[in-house]
Amino acid sequence: MNLLEIEGKRLFAEYDIPVPEGRVLESTAVPGDISFPAVVKAQVPIGGRGKAGGIRMVGTKAEAERAVREILGMNIRGYRVERVLVERKIEGRTELYLSIAVDRSKRRPIIMASRMGGMDIESVPDDKIERRWVDPWVGFQPFIARDLLFSLGLDPTMSSQFQSILASLWRLFQEADAELVEINPLVLTNDGKLVAVDAKVVIDDDALFRHESFKKVAADITPLERKARDKGIAFVQLDGNIGIIANGAGLTMATLDFLTMHGGKGGVFLDLGGTDDPQKVKEALLLMAEADPKVILINIFGGITKCDTVAAGLIQALREGHIEPPIVARIKGVNEKEAFEMLRDTGIRPALSLEDATKIAVEIARGG
Amino acid sequence: MAILVDEKTRVLVQGITGHQGSFHALAMKEFGTKVVSGTSPGKGGQTVNGVPVFNTVERAMRETKPNTSAIFVPAPFVLDAAIEAIDAGIEMIVIVSEHVPVHDAMKMVSYAARMGVRIVGPNCPGVASPSKGKVAIIPNQIFAPGDVGVISRSGTLTYEIVDSLTRAGMGQSTCVGIGGDRVSGTNFVDCLEMFQNDRQTKRIVLVGEIGGSAEEEAAKYISENVRKPVAAYIAGKSAPPGKRMGHAGAIISRGMGTAEGKIRALGDAGVAVASTTADIVKLIGKKK
Repeated sequence: MNLLEIEGKRLFAEYDIPVPEGRVLESTAVPGDISFPAVVKAQVPIGGRGKAGGIRMVGTKAEAERAVREILGMNIRGYRVERVLVERKIEGRTELYLSIAVDRSKRRPIIMASRMGGMDIESVPDDKIERRWVDPWVGFQPFIARDLLFSLGLDPTMSSQFQSILASLWRLFQEADAELVEINPLVLTNDGKLVAVDAKVVIDDDALFRHESFKKVAADITPLERKARDKGIAFVQLDGNIGIIANGAGLTMATLDFLTMHGGKGGVFLDLGGTDDPQKVKEALLLMAEADPKVILINIFGGITKCDTVAAGLIQALREGHIEPPIVARIKGVNEKEAFEMLRDTGIRPALSLEDATKIAVEIARGG
Repeated sequence: MAILVDEKTRVLVQGITGHQGSFHALAMKEFGTKVVSGTSPGKGGQTVNGVPVFNTVERAMRETKPNTSAIFVPAPFVLDAAIEAIDAGIEMIVIVSEHVPVHDAMKMVSYAARMGVRIVGPNCPGVASPSKGKVAIIPNQIFAPGDVGVISRSGTLTYEIVDSLTRAGMGQSTCVGIGGDRVSGTNFVDCLEMFQNDRQTKRIVLVGEIGGSAEEEAAKYISENVRKPVAAYIAGKSAPPGKRMGHAGAIISRGMGTAEGKIRALGDAGVAVASTTADIVKLIGKKK
């Protein structure tokens, strides 16, 4: 879950990481106590705000008001801007990059630092990034900060500030169950202070059970995705018009790929997971119907999830809910014969192979 | 031969009194696996499907001598269960539980490595060596013994591929589901190394998906070390960036972990990459 910059900065402040003074605005009225020059920043849980025109430098109150008016309500990569942050512009000599993330291949946390802050870290050349790995049981140690400070060629007088920021960032990373905590840029001001000018914090969705407070701020999912999450169903909304239901993430992805290969466009990715409960199948189908696809393509390989369980759930959903889109189902594996018998005369079109099912679904989606 | 699981495997089921734990303890027995005990705090002394239940792993170790544990406890308790198993002297831990926090995964993988214990998972369907035994939840009926080694990040997709291999007359040495999380105890490279050294395995099927760089690392390892034919399938070619596609690890973030990159890396390493799951059987069948 991506936190908004203002949520990240609130956490930074709690952990004594210096951030610029700023105000969060939800309307166009700019209060009088803001000092200029300032920066107006759209609050959306996604990168690329600057390029989309969501970040503006302003020199006067009038300019600030105009910027706020233009940015509020703006649509940035699918997210409507509901709030802006207006904060004092930080002038600096050097912009650093500092982050802690999960290194999937080394299977431990990685600290990354660079003198080339202020740009996407992916566009920074490899040899300009310092990397240090930390054992999760041992944790951050001060020598890592000293080592980074010298490797980056920073003035030794920065040592205590830099070390304290990195130590705080580590504590935040572990205590908040973060996947990523990133300061980009960490600005070295003209008077020698380090200030976190941006904050990117990504919290592990799987750890939300021990962070109730973050659950409420989740802003990076659609309302239907949120509803699905509360029911324990993996549900992703896409651009197309064909709803896909399969069991298992890999199989659902493979079904989406197969559909795309045959000229169809996925509108919803719904992974039933392993279940032996028809109730869950029913809920999944009702949820899918809410997304209103043109046709629903079901691909089940029965193992732990038995085919007749899926059939029973589908029939319950058809009986209880109002499901408009036609359904094409390819159901294979344990108890497939029983499932076929059950689905006879229910209006669900059975198919023997994924290829057949996909072709029918694509045809329906095209023809309407 | 075969890898990870064989006739000597003796399984302990942590969380055996739960719905999943009891069901799969029985399924493992039916596959011919020696399921020697289970744990469930406060329920010591009971039996579940003929398997004795103990309060602690330490006690189960003393009385029934398991060497492998299958963990079915809910995600918040997995770290605790894994450390309990490591401290009691278990040699291999297979974690079925889904939604384990990534910080917990990093902690247990680090501790296991230090203690010389192998972890498979979390969020994995387990390991099956046909006619020898299986640990965790892979369905029994899809297998036949043979010479194909299968490694996969996915569950159901793998079952489908194994099922078509079996129907095409190609049995398996071992099938390892390494799990769909970001941090896994066992990765593709670990399994490739074991399959390369396993005499029963003559060819290898690798099923990957978007996210991370495990497939790229596998490709590098294959080109340098693996002399057996490898066929691969990568799921998620049409997945949009930034969206978690069911598995915690299946996400393209910051342009990294795309299917194209993985397919290219594997192709460059001489791996036959299938464009559909059905093609896997054709590709690996040819390479005898």
